[in-house]
Amino acid sequence: MALSIIESCVNCYACEPLCPSQAISLSTSSAGQHFLIDGNKCTECDGDYADPQCAAICPIEGAILNAAGEAINPSGSLTGIPPFKMAQAMAEIQAR
Amino acid sequence: MELKVLGQDNAAPQGGCSSGTCGSSEDGMGHLPDQVRQKVHNHPCYSEEAHHFYARMHVAVAPACNIQCHYCNRKYDCANESRPGVVSELLSPDQAAKKVLAVASEIPQMTVLGVAGPGDPLANPERTFATFREIYAKAPDIKLCLSTNGLALPDHVDEIEALKVDHVTITINCVDPEVGAKIYPWVFWNNRRIKGAKGAKILIERQQKGLEMLIERGILVKVNSVLIPGVNDEHLKEVSRIVKAKGAFLHNVMPLIAEAEHGTFYGVMGQRGPSKQELSDLQDACAGDMNMMRHCRQCRADAVGLLGEDRGQEFTLDKIEAMDIDYQAAMTKRANVHAGIEAHRDALRAEKELAEMQETLLAPIGTPPARIAVTTKGGGVINEHFGHAKEFLVYEASPEGIRFIGPRKVENAYCVGPDVCPDGAEKGTVLDAILDSLSDCSAVVSAKVGIEPWSQLEAAGITPNGAYAMDLIEDAVKGMYGDLVDQGWSAKDLHVQAAG
Repeated sequence: MALSIIESCVNCYACEPLCPSQAISLSTSSAGQHFLIDGNKCTECDGDYADPQCAAICPIEGAILNAAGEAINPSGSLTGIPPFKMAQAMAEIQAR
Repeated sequence: MELKVLGQDNAAPQGGCSSGTCGSSEDGMGHLPDQVRQKVHNHPCYSEEAHHFYARMHVAVAPACNIQCHYCNRKYDCANESRPGVVSELLSPDQAAKKVLAVASEIPQMTVLGVAGPGDPLANPERTFATFREIYAKAPDIKLCLSTNGLALPDHVDEIEALKVDHVTITINCVDPEVGAKIYPWVFWNNRRIKGAKGAKILIERQQKGLEMLIERGILVKVNSVLIPGVNDEHLKEVSRIVKAKGAFLHNVMPLIAEAEHGTFYGVMGQRGPSKQELSDLQDACAGDMNMMRHCRQCRADAVGLLGEDRGQEFTLDKIEAMDIDYQAAMTKRANVHAGIEAHRDALRAEKELAEMQETLLAPIGTPPARIAVTTKGGGVINEHFGHAKEFLVYEASPEGIRFIGPRKVENAYCVGPDVCPDGAEKGTVLDAILDSLSDCSAVVSAKVGIEPWSQLEAAGITPNGAYAMDLIEDAVKGMYGDLVDQGWSAKDLHVQAAG
């Protein structure tokens, strides 16, 4: 039972001080330096908070996964940008 | 995270002004109390005049944020972009302090250090205040300021006050949660992510409370608002009214920056920014309520230099490491440079005041005064012929203006009737009496002056004039004085005349 942070993390430091288990640290993965969760320490904030704190403040959709490997904040859930709209805008920009 | 550079030229510190608001020496601070003016006198962001002379810098020590705004994308790390919330290099408090000292040594015009992001300074209180503490200890001559969304502000007012941070900017885009819901998709509050109007309501309450607390403690508060057409444009007038009533000293309405490339909600969804006209109209509408700031360049959160320029690339970490900084020497240099700037500003101000004064002067300073008699039948205009006047009104004109000296009555008008002028000896006597009563005057202005008295007046050193017929007396006197000055008239000694 542990969450994980993947390489789309932008190193904003917001999650790190919130973690009640000190499970989050700036580390180096194969993708470069970003925050990682120590799976041995992570409790998913069970018993401390109603919501896992890292996932509750993280501004990057898809950067934090639950134990099943699913994004806790899926695309569009934080910015309000519908995924199709974002895809459309990105396709337009790339076509320039 | 409120300021942005428009001109990105890494030019010399003479400033990168390109906007139409530049070039004015008005600082727009006339309405402020002296103590506030003193505080903002050399702050480039708050005093339009100061921004031509003094530089600011932002250090990017605050990466975390506790809210999401629809005009912001937290994937901020891009060296090519110049807008709020964007930085190239995140600094630790130690690195930031070192950078500040390096910049303060290299750019002695620097007076202000701000923490503006790239997240929210008060969502990173340890990093922000550690930076301020170090600079406060090592470089007490540098003003500290910070810019916040306000959510955490009430919790940190004590520390802000203790570190003598006397300028705080709060970005307030709305006072209505329904409007807020269209701007802020969520806030992180009490360990939960709260979405929609409920989250916006918390943010608004905290902003207003923080504003009130800062004002209570005498800390200057500027309010920033992002103008988002169709979302908060009309609403900002109310925001302006409220924040002024609570004591904010400046309201800075900035245009939304939204491009699809930025990946922000507004950018991707095609929300347009305001036109220049819309921005300026709204600033005008809010200006009735309070002072507006029109020279803002919306700098990025790691900008360095005068407004309108960014010399950040000269002060990257590796370059700072290689610099050998003698801060004591730099402080002395800064003090000298600032004294030079102040002397220059004083001279400019004096020059401007002189020019303004000269604009309203009737003649160059030092020009002797002249007395000018006018004839009138009433109505405040020059409407009496010289020959019909039994009374002359005497005015004294000097470079500073005109004043009424008094009426001069004569026994007989030069002409005894509308069409009857005296003859011979009698005529001479009447005119002599008039000339005598006007002996201190350099001119007499009438609706009309006949040929005979004209030459007699001239011979007596009194310039006759009929060119101001039907003009207001005051305008005629001023005009006549100008004519005398232009003609190089020989001034009369009014003291002797007055005594005589």
